[in-house]
Amino acid sequence: MSKGTLFDKVWDAHTVSTLPSGQTQLFIGLHLIHEVTSPQAFAMLRERGLKVSFSERTIATVDHIVPTEDQSRPYADSLAEEMMQALEKNCQENDITFYNVGSGSQGIVHVIAPEQGFTQPGMTIACGDSHTSTHGAFGAIAFGIGTSQVRDVLASQTLSLSKLKVRKIEVNGALKPGVYAKDVILHIIRKLGVKGGVGYAYEFAGTTFQQMNMEERMTVCNMAIEGGARCGYVNPDRVTYDYLQGRDFAPKGDDWDKAIAWWNNIRSDVDAVYDDAIVFDAADIAPTITWGITPGQGIAVDEFVPMQDGIADDERAIAEEAYLYMDLAPGQPIRGTKVDVCFVGSCTNGRISDLREAAKFAKGRHVANGVKAFIVPGSERVKKQAEAEGLHEVFLTAGFEWREAGCSMCLAMNPDKLQGRQLSASSSNRNFKGRQGSSSGRTLLMSPAMVVAAAVTGQVTDVRELI
Amino acid sequence: MVSEVKTVSGRGIPLVGNDIDTDRIIPARFLRCVTFDGLGADVFADDRAQAKGQHPFDQSQYQGAKVLVVNDNFGCGSSREHAPQAIAKWGIGAIVGESFAEIFFGNCVVMGIPCVAADSTTTKQLQEMVTADPHAEITVDLEAMQVKCDNFSAPISMGEGSRMMLMAGTWDACGQLVAQSDRTRATAATLPYLSWSKLAS
Repeated sequence: MSKGTLFDKVWDAHTVSTLPSGQTQLFIGLHLIHEVTSPQAFAMLRERGLKVSFSERTIATVDHIVPTEDQSRPYADSLAEEMMQALEKNCQENDITFYNVGSGSQGIVHVIAPEQGFTQPGMTIACGDSHTSTHGAFGAIAFGIGTSQVRDVLASQTLSLSKLKVRKIEVNGALKPGVYAKDVILHIIRKLGVKGGVGYAYEFAGTTFQQMNMEERMTVCNMAIEGGARCGYVNPDRVTYDYLQGRDFAPKGDDWDKAIAWWNNIRSDVDAVYDDAIVFDAADIAPTITWGITPGQGIAVDEFVPMQDGIADDERAIAEEAYLYMDLAPGQPIRGTKVDVCFVGSCTNGRISDLREAAKFAKGRHVANGVKAFIVPGSERVKKQAEAEGLHEVFLTAGFEWREAGCSMCLAMNPDKLQGRQLSASSSNRNFKGRQGSSSGRTLLMSPAMVVAAAVTGQVTDVRELI
Repeated sequence: MVSEVKTVSGRGIPLVGNDIDTDRIIPARFLRCVTFDGLGADVFADDRAQAKGQHPFDQSQYQGAKVLVVNDNFGCGSSREHAPQAIAKWGIGAIVGESFAEIFFGNCVVMGIPCVAADSTTTKQLQEMVTADPHAEITVDLEAMQVKCDNFSAPISMGEGSRMMLMAGTWDACGQLVAQSDRTRATAATLPYLSWSKLAS
């Protein structure tokens, strides 16, 4: 059993009681809500005559359904409009701060909470969205929950949970040129599998993560859930504090000093005990790309689609399904695969540093004929910052579309969708069948730089060739 | 409203495959809703359309089934409770599988639906038995921690906390959690960040 890790310390500090079932009642320090998984929770509260208990600990935004082109109301999609109105009404009736479209602070929930300084070390954070693990980048214990649990947090600011085990994932060394945080997490999931993390919190440790900026750490923690781990985290350090200082909701004055002391104290002890540990070498990580229908079906961009005999017995069936669905043959190089749609954005890779990196590769080049390529900033603030830096001009000149903030084609609950069998190069987090809005659409996950490389060449390209 | 879940019995339905994700269970376009009503009709919508009537959830012999038998890492991906809600509204009351994704499992517990784990030999055997005889009844017994089908029986496992909640009828923990409001406030008072990070502007 783990001892002395950040996970243990934060868990203990937030334990309210042990329930008769033996599960822990855990206090939730920050609750994030959005339009998709909250309306039924508010309805359940109303049915039971319950009120929101700590309305000041919940913040709301709208992201999944938001159109990234025409945002005029009412939305063309009447179902989306109904969801939007439900969220507006629920927030107003329950005194919950809502960052609506046009507020200047709307965006993907996992982008806006960190950028405004809501997300802080040592917190417990819950949201009805599996990518809540993102916030672990700050040394918070952050995890996705279902709608009934959203109800529980609204009603009590607590959850009934069983404690997770803790696995330390150490990666050491400098990343090679053209290799990004996205490649690191795709590599880890490839090695540990999509269910390797079930029952675990992942602690990302080692010099590679220490050298990453906060947005890179968010990319890594974001996809912990794709490896089966409900939450992942990085111990807070100077990089974390420098990011937070001065943000709207970060502590100020005397509180800042107190905060630093508390944050330093919740870091994993040097002699902390872990349930499991594994070490990777950053030098072994190449630009990585998925070829199949789970985020674990990844290969280096210069590798070949795996042959059947190289696949473990229990993964063979899903590999067969993937060859068929993706229309990729075993042994075929992934490089050179023609792409139809290129998407940069999402809670994984829709932050300003992602757009800067994408712009670097778009500059002086042009989207290939027949390819649709678009850039979706993760928030209104990211969009504003990118425009202040002239990144939108770079993208527009290069033939990319420049959109409004939202989840967009990561999950296609809005007008951004693949059509038919289209193949997408995507900076998002899931390559599941049908994920991007067409029941036969295909997705290759990769870093934003690799997406741009694919866009300008019309095919899967090793971004290192464009450096 | 809350009731004890000690055993679930009913006809079985096999769904073969590892890593069946929640996007497949309920594609995102069906999440454009403000209630869970009606999701049962759309469960596995795209898989069913592609199987052209040959998907277990469409096959006549499995209509009315109550116990779903799956393989490994069922319910991975998104946290959408719409997925277990759609499965439950179709008629499923318990799921037997090799393993389950964490959030999906938790969502099922709070809905009073046990997801029990069995080894791969057991899940495969149950799938074969149900395929051979769709009228065979499967019993998931949380007291004995056994799954039974005709003369076959095998051990199952489940986290003890979740098992206790189902057996005691406290799987909907909302009432218990709300009842602890004094202790919740006391815990909150010990957390330094609640005073320095005011969320509401």
